[in-house]
Amino acid sequence: MRSARNALEVDQLTRVFDVSSPWLNRMIERKPKRYLRAVQDVTFIVEKGKCLALVGESGCGKSTVARLVTGLYQPTEGAILFAPASDGKPMDAQMIFQDPHASLNPRWRVGDIIAEPIREFGLRDSAEATTLRVAELLKIVGLSPDDSRRYPHEFSGGQRQRISIARALASEPEFLVCDEPTSALDVSVQAQILNLMRELQDELGLTYLFISHNLAVVRHMADRIAVMYLGRIVEEADTEVLFADPQHPYTQLLLQTIPDVASPNRNREMMGGEPPSPLDPPKGCAFHPRCPLAADICRHETPRVRGRQGGGVVACHMAPL
Amino acid sequence: MNPASHAPALEVKDLSVEFPTRGGMLTALSDVSLRIERGEILGVVGESGAGKSMTGMAVLGLLEPPGRVSSGEIHIGGKRTDSLSNNEMESVRGRMVGAIFQDPLTSLNPLFSVGQQLIETIRLHSDRNRAAARLHAVDLLKQVGIPGAYERIDHYPHQFSGGMRQRVVIALALAGNPQLIIADEPTTALDVSIQAQITSLLRRLCREQGAGVMLVTHDMGVIAETADRVAVMYAGRIIEVGVVEDVIARPQHPYTRGLMGSIPALGARVERLTQIDGAMPRLNAIPPGCAFNPRCPAAGPRCVRERPRLVPEAYGAVACFLHDGGVL
Repeated sequence: MRSARNALEVDQLTRVFDVSSPWLNRMIERKPKRYLRAVQDVTFIVEKGKCLALVGESGCGKSTVARLVTGLYQPTEGAILFAPASDGKPMDAQMIFQDPHASLNPRWRVGDIIAEPIREFGLRDSAEATTLRVAELLKIVGLSPDDSRRYPHEFSGGQRQRISIARALASEPEFLVCDEPTSALDVSVQAQILNLMRELQDELGLTYLFISHNLAVVRHMADRIAVMYLGRIVEEADTEVLFADPQHPYTQLLLQTIPDVASPNRNREMMGGEPPSPLDPPKGCAFHPRCPLAADICRHETPRVRGRQGGGVVACHMAPL
Repeated sequence: MNPASHAPALEVKDLSVEFPTRGGMLTALSDVSLRIERGEILGVVGESGAGKSMTGMAVLGLLEPPGRVSSGEIHIGGKRTDSLSNNEMESVRGRMVGAIFQDPLTSLNPLFSVGQQLIETIRLHSDRNRAAARLHAVDLLKQVGIPGAYERIDHYPHQFSGGMRQRVVIALALAGNPQLIIADEPTTALDVSIQAQITSLLRRLCREQGAGVMLVTHDMGVIAETADRVAVMYAGRIIEVGVVEDVIARPQHPYTRGLMGSIPALGARVERLTQIDGAMPRLNAIPPGCAFNPRCPAAGPRCVRERPRLVPEAYGAVACFLHDGGVL
């Protein structure tokens, strides 16, 4: 680890998926194998007790990073390094998924869902102690201990997301990876869950890697933001710095196009175009077909990640040095 | 000029929709009234289950059986449509009211080219011949901002990206030159950088064509930037209506106030978001009186006894006793 303050260091992470057609089709149609570079050379650090957010549009690789960090995928290249936890063992990371309807087993009672990690890791000696711990977890996330006998379908979306949070906390992790935890929820319920997550962070000293496409949510939750475009981090900075002074044209585009309730802009400048397919990314800087500043160098050369004004990093040939 | 040409694009009066089920009658919409002028965009906002999509479906005559309009009236462009038969309604859909749904992939037929679908729709609603219809189809694609419309017209839906597909759906909705467009979550399936393109297109077309638009969405940000007026729904009822800027700056109903506070803002970071505890009641458990009373910080005895009416206010209309004689 480069610093004792860091909870997670991710270094030059790359993940390639083989998306070729089956062998027989390839032979008959004489097509080569095809690869999709979902994540490429992604480097970031999450400090202990802080929240780093990865933002970007669909297909930018942010969820793949989440799954790489939690070990659900193996990296093709690069390193993922967790700091030792307070007890000296490797830090435990848990994940909260987007859709609380799909991530809870409908045939299990809520008590069993939350108790599974406790039993699996042998964190409590007796059945009574496990039941007590489940009751405590349910209280922490704002549900009642009696809810442990009910099934997931008896709960609303927001309550189900509370159950997933309780399950994630059951193994006493210090690191939580949250993949779009509120995208499937209504705004008033989203506010409840975001408030709960902030409280848990303060009380339990949790570190978050927060994945979202919603910049307003990210601004509320994150200390630091990394913006991804087509598998790469294009800009990373502290939240306030990024919002006050975005340097990458893509970050500027994102900030401009987000509808804001507080100060709606009905005549905003529209940037045309759409994200290209990650199967066939443009040469050079992946953003150049949509970029108003694109010059010759952008079409040929992939910009390197370098330090930006005001702290943080940016990957753009045109950003001021 | 016949009187119908002065009529609003849509007028809904005291509309109720019921679903008879084994467990009893469920009231999905209860006394919903709204009005959309031509060239006006009315945003309808609410959380899942509030009845916003149901209102759109009722106007389109596409309620899923056994759901039915149990009382009230729907007038599209001055013509009463809730009493029409299914066959008659079919000629109203497309010609008088167009629809744009959330997922552009499911609203287009994957087996026909975009041109075939547009030409079929155009010919169904006008007496143009095939060649003229094709010209008009190219024109529509240009209007919705599809580059290379001459070539693109022969492409199939899967050859378009999500944002372009939604533009095709909008072109289809415009093909019959309707007076009213129901847009149900038209930007929800799209990425943020595409969303703004689609909402500004909707605004432009609404002005140019003089059509009224009912924009159904859960995203207050989209409403703030697109709509002229907004209706807030809760548990199958409209609880507040007003000009968008007013409702955002001065929400009157406690639910609207909570809703506005719970949206994280881009401008400034707050320590805690306003939180409305609990969840919207299910249709089989709507509390008596005001449907919001169990979650309302200002609820009094009267809110449990009596249902508040939508009372006109300085800036719009609110259904809350705080604005109609007090909660006691």
